[in-house]
Amino acid sequence: MSVETTTVSVPEGRPALLLAEYETPGACMKAAAKLRDAGFTKFDTHTPFPVHGMDAAMGMGDSKLGWIVLVMGITGLMTGIALITYANGIDYPIIVGGKPAISIPAYVPVCFELTILLSAFGAVFGMFGLNQLPRHHHPIFESDRFKAATDDKFFVSVEYADPKFDADRTPELVASTHPNHIEIIEDTES
Amino acid sequence: MSFEAPIKAIGEKDLVAPKSTFKSITEAVSRVTENPAPMGWWIAFLTAFSFTGVLLGSIGYLFWNGVGVWGNNSPVGWAWDITNFVWWVGIGHAGTLISAVLFLFRQKWRTSINRFAEAMTIFAVICALIFPGIHVGRVWHAYYLAPIPNQMGIWPNFKSPLLWDVFAVSTYFTVSSLFWFVGLIPDLATLRDRAKNSLRRMVYGFLALGWRGSNRHWQNYERSYLILAALSTPLVLSVHSVVSFDFATSVEPGWHTTIFPPYFVAGAVFSGFAMVMTLLLIARSVFKLTDLVTITHVELMNKIMLATGSLVGYAYAMEFFVAWYSGNEYERYVFINRATGPYAWAYWIMITCNVISPQLFWSKRLRTNIPLSFVVSIFINIGMWFERFVIIVTSLHRDFIPSSWGYFHPTLVDITTYLGSLGLFFTLFLLFLRWVPMIAIAELKSILPEADPHHGEHHDEAHEGDSHGEPALATTAEGH
Repeated sequence: MSVETTTVSVPEGRPALLLAEYETPGACMKAAAKLRDAGFTKFDTHTPFPVHGMDAAMGMGDSKLGWIVLVMGITGLMTGIALITYANGIDYPIIVGGKPAISIPAYVPVCFELTILLSAFGAVFGMFGLNQLPRHHHPIFESDRFKAATDDKFFVSVEYADPKFDADRTPELVASTHPNHIEIIEDTES
Repeated sequence: MSFEAPIKAIGEKDLVAPKSTFKSITEAVSRVTENPAPMGWWIAFLTAFSFTGVLLGSIGYLFWNGVGVWGNNSPVGWAWDITNFVWWVGIGHAGTLISAVLFLFRQKWRTSINRFAEAMTIFAVICALIFPGIHVGRVWHAYYLAPIPNQMGIWPNFKSPLLWDVFAVSTYFTVSSLFWFVGLIPDLATLRDRAKNSLRRMVYGFLALGWRGSNRHWQNYERSYLILAALSTPLVLSVHSVVSFDFATSVEPGWHTTIFPPYFVAGAVFSGFAMVMTLLLIARSVFKLTDLVTITHVELMNKIMLATGSLVGYAYAMEFFVAWYSGNEYERYVFINRATGPYAWAYWIMITCNVISPQLFWSKRLRTNIPLSFVVSIFINIGMWFERFVIIVTSLHRDFIPSSWGYFHPTLVDITTYLGSLGLFFTLFLLFLRWVPMIAIAELKSILPEADPHHGEHHDEAHEGDSHGEPALATTAEGH
């Protein structure tokens, strides 16, 4: 299988990414493992769906999202307790059905719902924060072939900023993993 | 049984038609949003949209004249308004059950129908939220629903289940919408990358948030999805439980029962699956998605309807038994009156549709029969509306003393408001079918055999049966 190398984008830009296209998730994962073993840290894989085992192949740690959700969930619970205690117990106590103004069993549904609500905010907006999304401008979108990353092709990208990156040897290393195609993407910003 | 195991290894059938590829899935789902709408879509849309107009007209008339335009009157103070509210909220439950509970149980077959069912949840909850908002009478005081002190500094009563309901349903709506949107992001990126004109590229691109399928993103994304599923599961169980508290915490015979929370949740799942079935069978044939939504899906959903329908039937029987066993004459009277009194017709419609009709699904031949599944799903939709009507109206219409007895007659505005809410639901749903990928593209790809990174290795072994021993190394020539 021949590997063609093309360069896209404006000549005066500085190179940002090396992008390799693969046909199968397995080939993409093997390439990622090779980069990991070679000591690269600023590389990524782009797949139409999450590929299981890729986290290990890329040498990634666990997601930190759970901690954000935990903090948000506790905040939601506390908000519920504070809101009900202040509203019905302190600011304007009302006696209903002979129950005390501050009646803990009646707290349960509202506190539960607020815990869930804020945890869900944490899960969604925390994920956006960790992933730095929305980000509509990224050098990788300069590639036309990259459009297939949301369809049926699998990509590996290596940043030029990676300390291990070598303008000659890294493309060779990537080419040895049998990609369909390799291209160098230049940063059009700056 | 790990989620990572290939489908065949855990004894499931193919979840999409054999020979589906990543490309064919992208094509099949995306083309619905890209090709011009079929004529049938326009007819359905314009019909539904007219009914949305009827809804707005009915609500305007109600606001202008007051709640007297409805049939609600002492002793029946809650009638179609709350019946519709409970019915719509209940329909929403199947969406969350499919997207969250079946996800946690690793039921991969849900993948073909979850997007669809989640959309249904959101639109059903929108329809539901209208009714408590408009039934308050003095709509300019609708803000009393929110935890805001009124002009005399009095806060809402946090010991009231009606306030719990506000928190439960609005949380449910917000979390369902977030869950749906998170699931949509990769698929919106697919539509963005296929966009032929700049308007589509801009709109889908804006909504896709610059998604680039990065594995460093997928990791947090999958965690987020898992956490949302884990949060939605207790949430969905709490929502209809809290709705049932509106009734169960009152001292009204027929309402004051501890069985209500589980009974309402089972009924909600039952009615929701029926609505998913109705909509799915239509969309599947109109948009020709029979490869992705297979007869296996229909059968599995019918099994869930059989299970929840039987739970509901058990609850009806148990309510009757407890009414007798309680020795409370008012409680007994309410139940005997339900089955034999002036509303017996509604009660027996409910029993026929909800308890008897799903029992057909014990037969494999009947539960894999598409026209029959469609008819039964309509029956269940009707039956579950009548269940709420029976619970609400028959419990209220004969108060403790016979001078406070009455019979509820719906007015024209009751009917137009209800039909209008169906119009709104279908309008939103048809817009969804047309503009949003109705099947989760990325998720469906992930359950194809080719999605397994070791797929090629198994493949080679199977073909070269004599070469057992060392697994063959996958090569990139695998791309066929």
